[in-house]
Amino acid sequence: MAVHPPNSATPVVALRGVGRTFANGVVALESLDLDVRPGEFVSLLGPSGCGKSTALRIIAGLSEPTSGMVEWPQAEAAAARSIGFVFQEPTLMPWATVAANVRLPLKLAGLEPNAQLRVDAALARVGLSAFAQSYPRELSGGMKMRTSIARALVTEPSLLLMDEPFAALDEITRFRLNNDLLGLWQALGKTVVFVTHSVFESVYLSQRIVVMTRRPGRVFTELSINATYPRDKHFRTSAEYGGYCRQVSEALAHASGATDEP
Amino acid sequence: MSQTRARDEASPVIDRILRVLLPIALLTLGLVLWEIVVRVGDVPPYVLPSPWLVFSTLISDRAVLLPSLLVTLTTTLEGFLLAAVGGIGLAVLFNQSRVVEYSLYPYAVILQVTPIVAIAPLLLVYLPQQIAVLACAWIVAFFPVLANTTLGLRSVDYNLVDLFRLYGATHRQVLWELKLPAALPQILGGLRIAGGLSLIGAVVAEIAAGSAGAGSGLAYRIVESGYRLNIPRMFAALLLLSIAGIVIFYALSLLSYLMLRRWHESAIAREV
Repeated sequence: MAVHPPNSATPVVALRGVGRTFANGVVALESLDLDVRPGEFVSLLGPSGCGKSTALRIIAGLSEPTSGMVEWPQAEAAAARSIGFVFQEPTLMPWATVAANVRLPLKLAGLEPNAQLRVDAALARVGLSAFAQSYPRELSGGMKMRTSIARALVTEPSLLLMDEPFAALDEITRFRLNNDLLGLWQALGKTVVFVTHSVFESVYLSQRIVVMTRRPGRVFTELSINATYPRDKHFRTSAEYGGYCRQVSEALAHASGATDEP
Repeated sequence: MSQTRARDEASPVIDRILRVLLPIALLTLGLVLWEIVVRVGDVPPYVLPSPWLVFSTLISDRAVLLPSLLVTLTTTLEGFLLAAVGGIGLAVLFNQSRVVEYSLYPYAVILQVTPIVAIAPLLLVYLPQQIAVLACAWIVAFFPVLANTTLGLRSVDYNLVDLFRLYGATHRQVLWELKLPAALPQILGGLRIAGGLSLIGAVVAEIAAGSAGAGSGLAYRIVESGYRLNIPRMFAALLLLSIAGIVIFYALSLLSYLMLRRWHESAIAREV
């Protein structure tokens, strides 16, 4: 562990030369290296189809790398890895109430006895206490996504993986959920890996942005966003924010162009 | 243009009243016409009985008809329940094991596409009559349940499957907490078809059995009355059968509505 620079703690999870080739021959990822440090908010930014979602699925164990490996230096046993996953769609069970949806991870783990308190707490955190008995179809898009976030938080995971969770929402709702997410991150001290194709969203949220190349996905470059938290609408309109966005946009343009030539 | 608008804006209460009232009005009109034709034309009852005669036969022959109705309904209900259990059970089995699906599915299709009228006499040769009739009801009714449930179990949201996998769900949990609830709308659709079909299966088998000289269900009464030229009783038995079919259909529709009304698009009245 001595090889790490002093400012970086032991990573929560580390991808070492991870590659993923699909059965149809498409190479989604190629030798991806990524350290996720405890407590950080890191975004994977890249053009559509750059394999960033695949990387997230590999971290979650939903997909196996075809080369390289995923290391969990802090957790010896696989069972100790607690992960919350938020999909691009809310992915709720339409036949179950909001409370039952949020309770699902506890139910599957056989943690039913004291589940109610944890479900209530998770719903309160995302501001949905009043909607516990509603069904998903009765909720707006933003509220469905909040339910999905509450479900990811209910097991109190140390690592939260988010796959373009706000891409389908309108701008006002997205801004509000961005702020709420930052609030939760600061209050709960989770590690967050956030996949997005939006430069503006990644700059607003992240401490660190990993820019990926077009397929096959690789790390093109990494940028630190050193603006202080809490970030709010003042940050969103500041020159500092604009500067970072320009810098990240340029990196993304290079990354997209890097493998564009035949 | 203005007419279509008026129709769109008609209040839902009026719409609902029309929906009930119009078929009843049409039925009344038809019955009155029928009665008039029979009386004015002096048509003998063995050619065409009047509606009133059919109704009074239904009352006067109730000692014969009601026990027969009960026999047919019992067969239908048993056939339906077996079809529900068999269809859903087999679909779940198919879903869990590809080997079982590949081995058995073609035979399920063969059972379905071979006309039940042709199978019934053969079943009556090999099985005791009561069992044969039940088997017919089952054969006709189970396939829609199987096909619909199979479709439903396959139409599960892939992200939800991933979510269950992420949280280490067991096979049993995926089946009971995810696949079966997700398939519920299709399963209920299959059951709604199966209800009507099991009545058809029971009737077909009773008719086949009736010509073999045994049986006491409603369909047998129809055949028997036909031999005796008791046409009013034929109509009365037919009336009972079709009422039974209507009741079965609406009972299953109600069940479907009650189970889906909170979450599935099919059961939700939409405000336009």
